[in-house]
Amino acid sequence: MTGAAPMMKRDECFRVLARHVTDEIVIASYSSAVDWNELGARVRNYFSVGAMGLASSHGLGLALGRPTQRVLVLDGDGSLLMNLGSLVTIAAAAPKNLVHFVCQNGTYEANGSHPIPNPEVDFAGMARAAGYAQTHDFSDLAAFTQQIGHVLTQDGPVFATLRVERSAPLTYDYPTLYAAEKRKALKAALAS
Amino acid sequence: MDAATEQTKAELNGGLILAAIKAAGVEFVLSVPDIVTSAGLLRPIARDSALRLIRVCKEDECIGIASGLSYYDKRALILIQYTGFLDSLNAIRAVAVEYKQPICMMVGLLGHEPERAPTQSGRFGVRIIEPILDAMGIAHDLIREDADVAKIKPAIDKAYAQSAPVALLIGRRPRPSQ
Repeated sequence: MTGAAPMMKRDECFRVLARHVTDEIVIASYSSAVDWNELGARVRNYFSVGAMGLASSHGLGLALGRPTQRVLVLDGDGSLLMNLGSLVTIAAAAPKNLVHFVCQNGTYEANGSHPIPNPEVDFAGMARAAGYAQTHDFSDLAAFTQQIGHVLTQDGPVFATLRVERSAPLTYDYPTLYAAEKRKALKAALAS
Repeated sequence: MDAATEQTKAELNGGLILAAIKAAGVEFVLSVPDIVTSAGLLRPIARDSALRLIRVCKEDECIGIASGLSYYDKRALILIQYTGFLDSLNAIRAVAVEYKQPICMMVGLLGHEPERAPTQSGRFGVRIIEPILDAMGIAHDLIREDADVAKIKPAIDKAYAQSAPVALLIGRRPRPSQ
């Protein structure tokens, strides 16, 4: 699948994805965290990635710690560019329970919507070259809707680019997203 | 024998450090190679089936991975050079300090002269490590001879008990066990 038009909307993709999510840990950063959080509170949501780019690394830790627990990462393109090495680290560690999405809209959306250095960069190609077990590149919502169920059940590490439009301006309520209570609740849920 | 000569004769046994790491319940070691700990520590860890070594591309990845593992109470040790520590400060600031995660770092002080305190090192990069840790409120211990190895397990236990970061500064190249 190529990145040719038509593009998707991130929130629409997440609504489709949410229909398939049950007890997975979902790690999301910045704009992805805002859109995912809009779909409803879940104890197994994890937004406290701390530093731009680290979502995939938190995801690797959460995947390695319990191989039976499925982990989804909703990354941003600007974020992933700050931690491209994590693609190689994740591929080498080879967690079968990790699915890594990147929402590619070509901009640092949370920082003024300036363009990333190369908005057309091929993330799925890089993930494939790094050694991910499965890679996908979606730009059409119908195709994404049709295939996402299969993507989520593949042995990982799985990578999927979601080519999306810039969204309307979002409200970034970081104190709420990063609240310590959310981290405590997640830990309690994973202990039970 | 003066103190300086005694210090020169001091040794740091990598096998003792490895035993202390395992005694502390560490299951995962996350590392970018550091020449200070390469032969005496990282190579034995790589051969040790009781530890899972995750080789990362850049040190700040370790902060996220260790945080993720901590949600299951899986203990991790981050084995890096002080240059990697400096490169990871923003991740450490956010995840370890502001989010109060149990991030345990073992940091090789490349170029450090073991007979001196790190703050008196001739290397600028080494001199600033302890002041930075103090400014960030991160507990730290200097490990530069065998007697210091006893600090490792309590430091890691405390980090996980209190959900707080700790830095164990390796001030001498550990000698590989025979």
